[in-house]
Amino acid sequence: MATDELRSLYQEIILDHNKNPRNFRQMPDADYVLEGYNPLCGDHYTIYLKMNGDVVADVSFEGAGCAISKASASVMSTVVKGKTKQHVHELFDRFHDLVTGKHTGNVSFEELGKLAAFAGVSEFPARVKCASLAWHTLRGALEQRKETVTTE
Amino acid sequence: MAVTAAIETKQLPKAFDVDAVRSEFPILETPVRGKRLVYLDNAATTQKPRVVIAALRRYYEEENANIHRGVHYLSERATDLYEKTREQIRRFIGAGDAREVVFVRGTTEGINLVAATFGRANVRAGDEVLITAMEHHSNIVPWQMLCEQVGAKLKVAPINDAGELLVDELSNLLNAKTKLLAITHVSNALGTVNPMKDVIAVAHSAGVPVVVDGAQAIPHQRIDVRELDCDFYTFSSHKMYGPTGIGVLYGKLDLLNAMPPYQGGGDMIKSVTFEGTIFNDIPYKFEAGTPNIADGIAFGAAVEYLSSLDWQALSIYEHGLLQYATERVKEIDGVRIIGTAREKAGVLSFVMEGVHPHDIGTILDQEGIAVRTGHHCAQPVMQRFGIPATVRASFGLYNTREEVDALVKSLQKVKEIFN
Repeated sequence: MATDELRSLYQEIILDHNKNPRNFRQMPDADYVLEGYNPLCGDHYTIYLKMNGDVVADVSFEGAGCAISKASASVMSTVVKGKTKQHVHELFDRFHDLVTGKHTGNVSFEELGKLAAFAGVSEFPARVKCASLAWHTLRGALEQRKETVTTE
Repeated sequence: MAVTAAIETKQLPKAFDVDAVRSEFPILETPVRGKRLVYLDNAATTQKPRVVIAALRRYYEEENANIHRGVHYLSERATDLYEKTREQIRRFIGAGDAREVVFVRGTTEGINLVAATFGRANVRAGDEVLITAMEHHSNIVPWQMLCEQVGAKLKVAPINDAGELLVDELSNLLNAKTKLLAITHVSNALGTVNPMKDVIAVAHSAGVPVVVDGAQAIPHQRIDVRELDCDFYTFSSHKMYGPTGIGVLYGKLDLLNAMPPYQGGGDMIKSVTFEGTIFNDIPYKFEAGTPNIADGIAFGAAVEYLSSLDWQALSIYEHGLLQYATERVKEIDGVRIIGTAREKAGVLSFVMEGVHPHDIGTILDQEGIAVRTGHHCAQPVMQRFGIPATVRASFGLYNTREEVDALVKSLQKVKEIFN
């Protein structure tokens, strides 16, 4: 069987979202479309974003990559819908702290919800860029950036 | 009876003693993540035997001085040792003259040197440079840059679904405008061994000189540049059990003599005034500045080590190991081998259905197994096979069947996790 570290990295929720990614579709009427690409890995996604004023009305993604990057994009798409821009930025920071091992405990795992599944990534420094690609791309889309985002 | 038996024993090829070889490589004893290291990333870089590590240490402890200019004892000694390496390499690759051995940083610089000197002098607007579809980025980008600069065209000879070069198609692409063929001897991503001697003969019959990327070939087979009749052959020390930061560009004497210098600086000149400079003779004309003396001398130790091996036995051993690995990995459900050429060396590239290579790499790493995952600096090869990346297990002379078994066992674990 797998080691504990591996089990904490490849949690059920991550394997599930990798196999059956949510909101995995094009969005023809998206307000913002941005590419995220890590050329060394080959992780390559397009994030589609529709806004209703300051609120994320809909988010979807397409593309291919490793389980960590795909599950991260999928879980992200389920947690940011209906959130304000400000709230998405807060989630970004929490997620970033979590996967880089800076999670202080001020925020409970309950508050993190599904994102907590990515806590194991911090034990695998080489995979942080995979987990954070979709999040950086979403932030870029919110900031109305046009150039392809990379976390390598 | 006894005499006959003795003769028969003598005729059998001696078995390769992998345990003896392994004991020369200290890093193989170093645990990784609490596990025994299974190092299967030899196409990226090989581990170093004791003699190489000792040569580096000895150089800095007992021999360090700048070369080619001092009159003092250490400078003369360091110069002798450095130039001895040049002679060892000449012998190792079967070159006729040590002046044909130019020291560079590695294969990448070897190719760039040819592009920047031979290329600039001989490739003009409207000309063509021919490469193949299985090249490493280092044998694509320097030619793209050259073609861009002079207005020439880059042509690409195709490969088939097995990853074999289509020599007839390559032959059809050769014409009066073709100024150079740049081709890898062994593909780093697929393991394909190109029929180098035939390809070179085909190119020469069209009057086209050939530069061979030998980085992945030279650790696996004996190279004889005169038998190949290649015009240039370039390789890296660190992929053949020597230190990083040094490699060789072999070039035919008359070609090197006719080429303009590469970089300007010390050591590559005979005399300098503000009005002009008289360049040094080959190979020094291409070796500006203080070279990588320490690694050069230790490279000599690596070549000496390789020269001491029984290459017939080694070749049978390595071939058998790759075959064994191929068969075992192929048996795993959902695995597709990328690169199934009839002639292969050292490389087993594959993908697994439903699992990205990086996830496989992370899981193998937890077991102490080092493989490479990604596009292997050969993105056009990945595009040719319609995949973003592969897992690449690449073998060296110290790898064993037990290590292949460990790889297979861990790949089963990958399947367990991703079911």
